[in-house]
Amino acid sequence: MILKGRVWKFGDNIDTDIIIPARYLSYTDPEALKVHCMEPLDPQFHTKAMKGDIIVGGYNFGCGSSREHAPIAILALGIPLVIAKSFARIFYRNAFNKGLALLEADILNKVYEGEEIEVDLTTGVIKCKEGEVKAKPIPAFMEKLINDGGLINYLKKKLRGA
Amino acid sequence: MGMTITEKILAAHSGKKTVEPGEIIESTIDLALANDITAPLSLKEFEKVEATKVFDPERVVFVLDHFTPNKDIQSAENCKKIREFALEYGIKYCYEGGECGIEHALLPEEGLVVPGDVVIGADSHTCTYGALGAFSTGVGSTDFTYGMVTGKTWFKVPESIKFICYGKWQKWITGKDLILHIIGMIGVDGALYAAMEYEGEAIHSLSIDSRFTIANMAIEAGAKNGIFPVDKRTLAYVKTRGKRPYKVYKSDRNARYREVIEIDAASIGLKVACPSLPSNVKDVKEIKDVDIDQVVIGSCTNGHLEDLKIVAEVLKGKKIARHIRCIIIPATPKIYREAMRRGYFKIFLDGGCIISPPTCGPCLGGHMGVLAKGERAVATTNRNFIGRMGHPESEVYLAGPAVAAASAIKGRISHPDEVT
Repeated sequence: MILKGRVWKFGDNIDTDIIIPARYLSYTDPEALKVHCMEPLDPQFHTKAMKGDIIVGGYNFGCGSSREHAPIAILALGIPLVIAKSFARIFYRNAFNKGLALLEADILNKVYEGEEIEVDLTTGVIKCKEGEVKAKPIPAFMEKLINDGGLINYLKKKLRGA
Repeated sequence: MGMTITEKILAAHSGKKTVEPGEIIESTIDLALANDITAPLSLKEFEKVEATKVFDPERVVFVLDHFTPNKDIQSAENCKKIREFALEYGIKYCYEGGECGIEHALLPEEGLVVPGDVVIGADSHTCTYGALGAFSTGVGSTDFTYGMVTGKTWFKVPESIKFICYGKWQKWITGKDLILHIIGMIGVDGALYAAMEYEGEAIHSLSIDSRFTIANMAIEAGAKNGIFPVDKRTLAYVKTRGKRPYKVYKSDRNARYREVIEIDAASIGLKVACPSLPSNVKDVKEIKDVDIDQVVIGSCTNGHLEDLKIVAEVLKGKKIARHIRCIIIPATPKIYREAMRRGYFKIFLDGGCIISPPTCGPCLGGHMGVLAKGERAVATTNRNFIGRMGHPESEVYLAGPAVAAASAIKGRISHPDEVT
């Protein structure tokens, strides 16, 4: 699958309190969560981000809490993909469970804010103005989980079959 | 090649003789936990999969500790949904009201976690139970749902990093200072995806409360779990509490480690993590003239009896600085009662502190002590991220109980020797 989108750049250690501050965690509705996404760094982020945009981060993206509200808020803004140098492990699992695509690649210093990049999710090839970068391949196990429609669909099928 | 304690527990729970780091396994779980902010999302997923029961009503636990006593209508609605779910599905342990404590202090105290367990929790600080020689780790609401329904989950077997601590601890030092020292040394992703294992004479001399603090903050180094060897103190702790039989696992002498780091206990002073990362660690003596507005003593990291004892020792016969709000939060009803019985409450109240019911509240900027713009807090909690306790322009300094209490008295970040 090919994704094309504008880049929003964030730095290292973007924690879940930045992605969605804890005071909003009593909400479960994606629409209520998305207006607070990245609020501590940019309270207007939700008005600027458009469907199809791509977040690019540094090391340890998504560190901190286990809140699934974080990938839900990003997805609710229409952002289908985060590319970062590395991801915190709970965020990594949560993103895949929620259908937010993640790619591990070091492109923070290769792209400009607002630049449109093209990403092939199957091959991991990222095309930006400075050239092509290949992301680390998605682990085979995660790929299988995605192809099965995600953890919840897998479980649903399993329960129906039982 | 031998195995680590983490590998042995995971092998035993996945029906294998051996497992290797990097291997994906399906593991059975002994307990699955969620709280009032992660369970609501999970219950939505539970509906989607059209499940009719949980895998074991005695092994699925809800603790309504984050935004309780309910801070607003929405959080009250969430707790109501969880309560109704617990009733409908016969969940034996759903803690709220006067039975409720902060989840990671409450579950071990209630004997719901024992050595050798595999525990998942929809809360990142689920790694706390490694203090008892269990494998425990945080997951999201969807993974919790899968675990709650099937009694299973998938793991990538982590590599292990071993920390060997030798020598004697200085006065005032607790587990908080060791874990802050380590995070300062290896960074907030220094143990990404790995197990942090502890060993050595100085580790055995640590109280169980201090071990909970250290295992609790494994996530702040990016780790999957923190884990301690089971010793006499662990067995004494579990003996009077454990609700299930336990099994003791021990790392082999020839087990594999990604790295082995030796630490001289005597070299560690009182530590403070400055804004806005838990790895921004300094010795308290290096910090000059940092005035504060609030002190929070509590949380799953430092709301234990050992912490309250130290605070009482520092605060006895003294008053906190006039403009400071010092909020003390015993982590569980039992800790609350015991602190009261020992006379700590009189010391706290005479000193001008607020005693809160058990809640996670201020740690994550929820309620019971949220910070205004430009305000600064010293907290015995676990995260000092931007806006963690309130306004994005407020600041949090993380410390142990002795520094927190001394800072409340002086109104600025202080060493306990300045006031005792």
